[in-house]
Amino acid sequence: MQVIATLTRSERQWALIILLVLFALGLALMAAGRNDPLAGHGALVMIAALAAIFAVISGYFTPEPGDERLDHYYDEPSKIGLVLAMAWAAVGMFFGVWVAALLAWPDLTFDAGWASFGRIRPVHTTGVIFGFGGNALIATSFYVMQRTSRARLPDQLSPLFVLFGYNLFCLLAVSGYMMGITQSKEYAEPEWYADIWLVVVWVVYFVIYLRTLARRNEPHIYVANWYYLAFILVVAMLHIVNNLAVPVSFGSAKSYSLFSGVQDAMTQWWYGHNAVAFFLTSGFLGMLYYYMPKRAGRPIYSYRMSIISFWGITFFYMWAGSHHLHYTALPQWVQSLGMTFSIMLLIPSWVSAGNALMTLNGAWHKVRDDAVLRFMMVAAVFYGLTTFEGSFMAIRTVNSLSHYTDWTIGHVHAGTLGWVSMITFGAIYASVPWLWKRPAMYSTQLVETHFWFAIAGTIVYVFAMWNSGIIQGLMWRTYNDSGTLAYSFVDSLIAMHPYYIARTVGGLLFLTGTLVGCYNVWMTIRTAPRTSTTGAEPALAEQPLLQPGE
Amino acid sequence: MFGFHYRLERKAIGLVLGIIFVASIGGIFEIAPLFTIHQTVEDAPNMRVYTPLELAGRNIYTREGCYACHSQMIRTLRDEVERYGPYSLAVESKYDHPMLWGSKRTGPDLARIGGKYSDEWHVAHLINPRDVVPESIMPRYNWLSHTALRTDDLSAHLRAQRAVGVPYTDEMIANAAADAAAQSAPESPLVEGLTKRYGEATTVRSFDGNPAELTEMDALIAYLQILGRLTDVATHPASAAGE
Repeated sequence: MQVIATLTRSERQWALIILLVLFALGLALMAAGRNDPLAGHGALVMIAALAAIFAVISGYFTPEPGDERLDHYYDEPSKIGLVLAMAWAAVGMFFGVWVAALLAWPDLTFDAGWASFGRIRPVHTTGVIFGFGGNALIATSFYVMQRTSRARLPDQLSPLFVLFGYNLFCLLAVSGYMMGITQSKEYAEPEWYADIWLVVVWVVYFVIYLRTLARRNEPHIYVANWYYLAFILVVAMLHIVNNLAVPVSFGSAKSYSLFSGVQDAMTQWWYGHNAVAFFLTSGFLGMLYYYMPKRAGRPIYSYRMSIISFWGITFFYMWAGSHHLHYTALPQWVQSLGMTFSIMLLIPSWVSAGNALMTLNGAWHKVRDDAVLRFMMVAAVFYGLTTFEGSFMAIRTVNSLSHYTDWTIGHVHAGTLGWVSMITFGAIYASVPWLWKRPAMYSTQLVETHFWFAIAGTIVYVFAMWNSGIIQGLMWRTYNDSGTLAYSFVDSLIAMHPYYIARTVGGLLFLTGTLVGCYNVWMTIRTAPRTSTTGAEPALAEQPLLQPGE
Repeated sequence: MFGFHYRLERKAIGLVLGIIFVASIGGIFEIAPLFTIHQTVEDAPNMRVYTPLELAGRNIYTREGCYACHSQMIRTLRDEVERYGPYSLAVESKYDHPMLWGSKRTGPDLARIGGKYSDEWHVAHLINPRDVVPESIMPRYNWLSHTALRTDDLSAHLRAQRAVGVPYTDEMIANAAADAAAQSAPESPLVEGLTKRYGEATTVRSFDGNPAELTEMDALIAYLQILGRLTDVATHPASAAGE
């Protein structure tokens, strides 16, 4: 095992101790939950721990890394994280296409309980948000943090613990849904034991970040790190509060949320909306603030705009969650606050998007020629479009039409396909050659192909959902001349059918692009590394390219 | 301001505390008062808790992810009230840990589905939705009618529910498994205890049409049939205390 060779002897011993504890925890879960689906997860934890123990033992006697390792950044976790991100992207998007197809052809479940829409829809959402997005964030955050701080990660073991521990969480999550283990809280479906495990992983992640920043050789903390820090901290806050629950017993996978009814709804959408804000926005803005100027060879346009947008996003977003609950049993004063802050949120959002696009001034010829930079440019454009649409949909009267319809799904996918995926693919295509010391990607033509598949897929998907959502919303509220509702629910369902097929096609196009990307990344890794280091990524001592402008 | 920030961004701990402070304000202002302002949740003296069978059904509803396509929250809009019934009140989900308001209507709202269709309709619909609604895109749940319902842990479920604030009595907790069995077996001598604990209005019948066996189908339909009927405060506002 290549990665074990990067660990020191004592780290290998610690790894074994941690894995034995994990193995014991798995055994305990399996024993306590022997009459419950929990046993399955106990077994999964045990197998994962056992596989890792074998990996550590097989590499245990490889020579230790010398002190020269300290002259280079530690990039093993970033490499593994990026490969895992691409793998999760393929799996998560495959499930996405499948659930989309289920809405057009409902019998594609093959009569299996685990394959019904309700169970595999969270496999899709968790697979892409936490599997693809989360791995990409962890991998790039380690990469960016080291370079913008000009400091190496504090040790070799803890970043690997975060990466693999996080993937264990994702695996518990998606396998649980298919077994029927879920809390039903959207985007927070994993049950209590997986949630506790994630807290442990997350605390280690935060400590790594602080320890690296503490050892930095730059007086200022670069803006990308503010965003990564906000992502780590606020996601921890949201995760802990929203997942407060009482397990049925220690032998049961099931738990009951501490909150009920209206308070639970508000907590859930405070979480849900800010999972969008701090997982899918803050973290990826951190990515944007490093990779876009780096790829374009231009400094960030405005330091002051970075400050305004950062604190604006961090403050305003946390109030916006209640716009998910317009016209419900939530008190109207909370709805109004949520709407007001959602509209104000447009300012920092557009300042961010504007700052990103202005950064490209003087580099537009590169946007034209370089598909990697074009991925990032399109991401910034979709970020601007989606945040505008989001503020618009948060207006109560607009929301009365859009809520509960496919318009919301279209909006979310404009953000996740157009913004989050595009910036991630851009960052991955930029960092794979840097990390593996290759002159370029295996095929720039395939990057170009991926780009056009991704754009086409996004546009087909979003237009299909806009159409179906608005038609749905209008049909539900249309009255006929005698003053009664004009359409039954089933009438609206029939009207959706062509759009559900179009959506599946859009998703399939996007998935195809992702698979092309997976192939390209894999082939880049497999081609021989360059022999000389000229033009390679700067080593520790070199000046970083980016500093706050003023 | 930018000068202050110029110094702040040189301190990791300053940034960390700043982020925590700024990000906490929204939640403190919007969530905390919902626990303290009394009018947030209406009074409904006749509100009852879920029976063990209904709770088990609710857990199946959760497990299968029904909430991903069906909301349980009728908004205060004319067309929704005419289509689904009186708009939902906060009190109606007071005992819902967690709530299942939902966020998407791929299928219709279910907040007041209870009593709208017969048990037989639900059985046929769950076995194959397209048998009763040809255009439906809902998955089949045919295995529910031959999967036995697990009842041995229902007491532990009720105990956990009590820990989060649902007023289950010791007696309800002790008899949870028996009460679940009794609710779908009208001939059973245990029915008396069930109605004593949960009220005379408790629906006792073989929900899946097969009284010999207690299945997940029984539980899910018992839950669907109680939706919107734990209290009549939405349909008869006069029954709310003090109004």
